[in-house]
Amino acid sequence: MNVLWIALLPMLGTLLPLLMAKRSRTACALVTALAPMLALAILLSHTQSVFAGQIWQFQADWIPLLGLNVHFRLDGLAYLFALLILAIGLLVILYARYYLSEQDSMPRFYAYLMLFMTAMLGIVLSGNILQIWLFWELTSISSFLLISFWWHKSEARRGARMALTITGAGGLCLLAAFILLGNIVGSYELSVVLEQTDLIQNHAYYPVLLVLFLLGCFTKSAQFPFHFWLPNAMAAPTPVSAYLHSATMVKAGIFLLARFYPALSGTDMWFLLVSLTGLATLLVGAYLALFKHDLKGLLAYSTISHLGLITLLFGLNSPLAAVAGVFHIINHATFKASLFMAAGIIDHESGCRDMRRLNGLWQFMPITATLMMVAAAAMAGVPLLNGFLSKEMFFAETLEQHLLGALSWIIPLLATVAAIFSVAYSLRLIHDVFFNGQPKGLTKTPHEPPRYMRLPVEILVALCLVVGIAPAWVVGGLLQAAATAVLAGPTPEYSLAIWHGFNLPLLMSAVALTAGVFMYVKRKQLFDFQNALPGVDTLNIFERSIKQLCHQAAQCYDWLDNGSLQRYMALLLTAFVVLAGLPLIQMETLSGGRAEIPVDAVNATGAAMLLISAFATVVWHRKRVVALLMISVVGLMVSIAFTRFSAPDLALTQLSVEVVTVILLMLALFFLPHKTPKQSEPSKVVRDLGLASLVGIIVGSLSYAIMTRPFSTISDFFIANAKTGGGGTNVVNVILVDFRGFDTLGEIAVLGIAALGIFKLLTRIPVFKPSSDGEGRPWARERHPLLLATVAQSILPLALMVSVFIFFRGHNLPGGGFIAGLITAVAIILLYISQGVDWVKARMNIEYQRVVAVGLMIALLTGLASWAFERPFLTSWFDYFELPLFGQIELASAIAFDLGVYITVVGATLLILSSLGKMTTSHRPIHREQI
Amino acid sequence: METLFALCIGFLTSCGVFLMLRGRTFPVVMGLTMLSYAVNLFIFSSGRLNLKGAVVLGTSDSYADPLPQALVLTAIVIGFAMTAFLVILAIRARADLGNDHVDGSMPEPRHAKKERQK
Repeated sequence: MNVLWIALLPMLGTLLPLLMAKRSRTACALVTALAPMLALAILLSHTQSVFAGQIWQFQADWIPLLGLNVHFRLDGLAYLFALLILAIGLLVILYARYYLSEQDSMPRFYAYLMLFMTAMLGIVLSGNILQIWLFWELTSISSFLLISFWWHKSEARRGARMALTITGAGGLCLLAAFILLGNIVGSYELSVVLEQTDLIQNHAYYPVLLVLFLLGCFTKSAQFPFHFWLPNAMAAPTPVSAYLHSATMVKAGIFLLARFYPALSGTDMWFLLVSLTGLATLLVGAYLALFKHDLKGLLAYSTISHLGLITLLFGLNSPLAAVAGVFHIINHATFKASLFMAAGIIDHESGCRDMRRLNGLWQFMPITATLMMVAAAAMAGVPLLNGFLSKEMFFAETLEQHLLGALSWIIPLLATVAAIFSVAYSLRLIHDVFFNGQPKGLTKTPHEPPRYMRLPVEILVALCLVVGIAPAWVVGGLLQAAATAVLAGPTPEYSLAIWHGFNLPLLMSAVALTAGVFMYVKRKQLFDFQNALPGVDTLNIFERSIKQLCHQAAQCYDWLDNGSLQRYMALLLTAFVVLAGLPLIQMETLSGGRAEIPVDAVNATGAAMLLISAFATVVWHRKRVVALLMISVVGLMVSIAFTRFSAPDLALTQLSVEVVTVILLMLALFFLPHKTPKQSEPSKVVRDLGLASLVGIIVGSLSYAIMTRPFSTISDFFIANAKTGGGGTNVVNVILVDFRGFDTLGEIAVLGIAALGIFKLLTRIPVFKPSSDGEGRPWARERHPLLLATVAQSILPLALMVSVFIFFRGHNLPGGGFIAGLITAVAIILLYISQGVDWVKARMNIEYQRVVAVGLMIALLTGLASWAFERPFLTSWFDYFELPLFGQIELASAIAFDLGVYITVVGATLLILSSLGKMTTSHRPIHREQI
Repeated sequence: METLFALCIGFLTSCGVFLMLRGRTFPVVMGLTMLSYAVNLFIFSSGRLNLKGAVVLGTSDSYADPLPQALVLTAIVIGFAMTAFLVILAIRARADLGNDHVDGSMPEPRHAKKERQK
């Protein structure tokens, strides 16, 4: 549980500074420091046990099905990093209190900082690899917010965007790597993953996995060739640079290298990728650092170079090198954070970061100068300082390896070259800034910073010294615990002494120091050489390539999404053909072997009529009225097919829907052109014909394959229970109103919604009034033929009676609410057609949208009523009663539900047709004399 | 009979799809109607064909599958609602936009487009 609090406290602490917005800046800083202080205290209380090798854990289920658990674990490596994060974090909080000006929003800064601290702690303490990734992404986001803290500056925004893009892309690679890892191992638990070294390294996907994993680590840790985001991130306030870009976040990638060292390292591929990348980064960073005139720019490249050094150590596949790597993590964090803070002090107190103008500051700030000199000496690897120790170990390790065969001597040589540059740029940092003449053109007179602004630097520099002088005593236990965790086993023999006698590493150090000084003295020639090289503006190149990428994406998008619906449809259908066609190709035979029903003359005639009328619809589709007539024949044949194949309910429904549809489409043709102009290019027609044929072939084959296969159905249950459970013998109707009543409720709701949508679409429609039909003939003056009016009026009561009959018999014989509703609607529509809207309105003024609502309410209430009897929603009830004259009758609650269906169908159908029909007549009001 | 039935379904689908790929709204509506015939028949046929088995209890020895029938019955009604919605949308679009092309505007002829790009 305690382990959880280490991460949880800073998370809660994110809110604290925001609450202190109105208070003084000191109070704000103090309150912010509370949570990390508590967390640090908890962490320190575990020191003994962690050093003894114990692993503290906290575990809880989160999404167990995905293998995602909340899992925090504290081992030696996590302890080391948590210590760095919390301790340096506290120093940064103190430092930032003095660094930020009155205009900067301190609560916002501290909230971002705490968010970042939470994310970092989350990474190092996670015991689940997906959880690691989650916090990994959070560091990218919080780092983005911190870099762009001064968002009014263009370079801050651009730098933040660049950092987010690079580390975000790396984060995606890392996620892919973790998912692969989880699939290979079968678990996302870190402890399980770390134990499966052989399984992972012998897996076919290991190379892919490793490359993705390293992409994630290298982008975060600014390794060559992804290093360029780090110098651009220096637009951030200096506390951020000190914290994120030297001590913690850029080490997250290295942390992962260390964390997964037991599982992934040891292969040739690991060596080649990790150590060569590290070596390249080490050299490039060290070389470029020397030529940076910006104080923070120099430190940024030096950080890149040191990160490369650590990466190189982890790539050497030697346990001792890994120990050296861990040791250098500690040392680099201390001296680099102090250097950044000191650089921030100089910037803050002199208003300038350019080393060409900053000269001779020794006279203004001797204490800061002394501190910075010690830290820079540690960076250069001067004896008696911590940097010297890990650099010696590094030299020793480069000499030990034989990984490049006969060319292995190149690695120590290049390491020495990098060390020479390292000495030179450290010397430049000190000499240029504090000596080398007088300051030029400073806006203010430099002076020592406030007492407490310098305190963090003092603490860190003191650590550099203490570790450098008595390493085993100060960091021995910590290093041992962390190294044990990295190696997942016993650590090799190593000695943290300052003096190892006269040996090759010492010689390398001496060469580096001497040659470094020499190089600095002779720097003029080197600078001239460098200045002659063409400059590379990474920010512009990056932004140009991003712009290029966006442009290409837009082009791709435009090609795919050109606004033509026909094209989308064609693409969609092509996808269908591919997806449904491929499995059919793989199938051996289409026929399933079930005996076919012999074709008789009636069926053959029906099928022929269906095919001919469908074909005629397509052929004459430009003459819309003709096509409409043809398609109604298709509908008629379909309903006859339903009758033929034992589905009387379907036949009745299809028939009545057919009538309504044809009337609707006829009405629609009043508002639409009567002819379709010929416009499609021949090639397009050919494409469409091909596509349509393919889709038809696939659907037909599928249907044939289904029909010729024997099958078992769940319908036996419905047939067995329709009478006993639902009280009806028409199983289809019982399914609709009883077994699957909830579906039906949903469907009539859709019907109602569609009708209301149509009603709304037709209100306030701009008037479009054709004065003649498609042939150019004016509309007939006689609009309501006498014969039709008389017939319609006399049919109405008959039709209503039929629909009542159909409704009531529905439960036991073909019929039911849907069909009865459609018949009623057709009868009333006939009245509309024969007499006109105004005539009907005068006699039957009903708002159909209310009818729909009433129908839906009845159906819903029937369902709810079963709650009153403590039954589930829509439980049906029925019983038989003896009535005089009528004999035995059945009463079922399902009939009330069916009534709801009936009313909804009537309402919806009439709402649709009358709203449309109204428009054809309302603008051509009937003249009095015509009545 | 199954072969013939499948042929009809396939042909109706083809006709429906071809019409749905047209550029004007009315043929598309007709295509959709045609396609829904095909789909309804398809779902119906998944219960296998049965000449004398109307699912009214006590009228037959072997019944057809009532479940696809129930599904298709509601599908017919909903299909009508959707067709209606679509056709009204087409009317509204024509009234608002002045043409009945599915994209809401007449596509540029290819040669005109090329000239404009030059």
